[in-house]
Amino acid sequence: MLGPADYVLWFLTALLEGAVVLCALKRHTFRRYLALNMYMLGSLVVTILRFWIFSHYGFSSAQYLYFYYYSDALLTVGLYFALITLYSFVLGELQTGRHVRLAAIVLLAGTAFFSYQVIQQSSDRMLTRFVVEMSQNLYFVGLVLTYLLWGAILKLRETRAQIIQLVLSLGLYFSALAATYALRNLYPGLHLVWGHLPELIALSLPLAWAYTLWRIPVEARLAPSRLAVVSR
Amino acid sequence: MMAGVIFVFSAAALLQFFISYCRSLIAASSKQVLSAEVKDVTGIHRIASGDDFQRVMQLLQLCPERPEDRNGVQAIGAYFSLLNFLRATIARIVPSLRAWTESERGQCAYFAAVALGRRISFSRDMLAQQMDA
Repeated sequence: MLGPADYVLWFLTALLEGAVVLCALKRHTFRRYLALNMYMLGSLVVTILRFWIFSHYGFSSAQYLYFYYYSDALLTVGLYFALITLYSFVLGELQTGRHVRLAAIVLLAGTAFFSYQVIQQSSDRMLTRFVVEMSQNLYFVGLVLTYLLWGAILKLRETRAQIIQLVLSLGLYFSALAATYALRNLYPGLHLVWGHLPELIALSLPLAWAYTLWRIPVEARLAPSRLAVVSR
Repeated sequence: MMAGVIFVFSAAALLQFFISYCRSLIAASSKQVLSAEVKDVTGIHRIASGDDFQRVMQLLQLCPERPEDRNGVQAIGAYFSLLNFLRATIARIVPSLRAWTESERGQCAYFAAVALGRRISFSRDMLAQQMDA
């Protein structure tokens, strides 16, 4: 049974996802960050569809559960590719676009293979287990890739404030979700600890992106060395 | 075991990304000059001290909220709490960390003062619109 907090979070998520796309359109950055905006648009559609399925079939229905996990996996893959486009922004001058895309596809296939290896012992609902496992693993892979990208930003002295904030907020999102899922695997019975945590984390990404696209001008510059925790 | 390793790495990365994200928000506002009235109200003239933060936050809460500021102000509030925690624990035995937390707390106070300036002009604009209507 869902409470008022769940409905508020649901509504806020849709609102913020829509806000990201609107901010991008208003600031004429929709095409510049096409992959990020398409991901947000996809998230908005999924949020609305989830609510529609929930209101027709109920929260505990098989339809809702299947749609939730399958759409989550698709969105995670979408976000993974959106992250790869941020790589092409940062490494653009090095002409490494093709290599990055190839590495991304190989890594995605590797993650899928690893997820299959983990669940292959399961006898029932194998595809669903695979989808859930792959989503969780992709959060961690996304975190590692964002961490590497942040390292590249520091190393290459990338100064575009929008790119820096988009990458950092993505890092926050991936690390918070990866930590939550790891904690869930460590303590499966502690439902109280993370009740609304994944939903709140999911809110943080559109919130941070909307803020960045709305408040930070495209031409704004930052010295990344000032942002590193360990000064360089 | 694997989940434990993932948790430790993710939590460490989360902390690092959080600090860097907050510093990017602060850096964006550190170049802005405070208006004369904000300087008068807050008592911050050039360099802010960490001790000014709570007072500036109280003033901020008196002004109507700007939706686009909320995210940044909340993130910096959480960052300030983290800095206070570091200051009260590890920084007591590491002098360089103490100096760093003091400087960061001051930057947080400056960020809040810049946000206060924006909220004051936002309230003024709202008032002007109401007067016109």
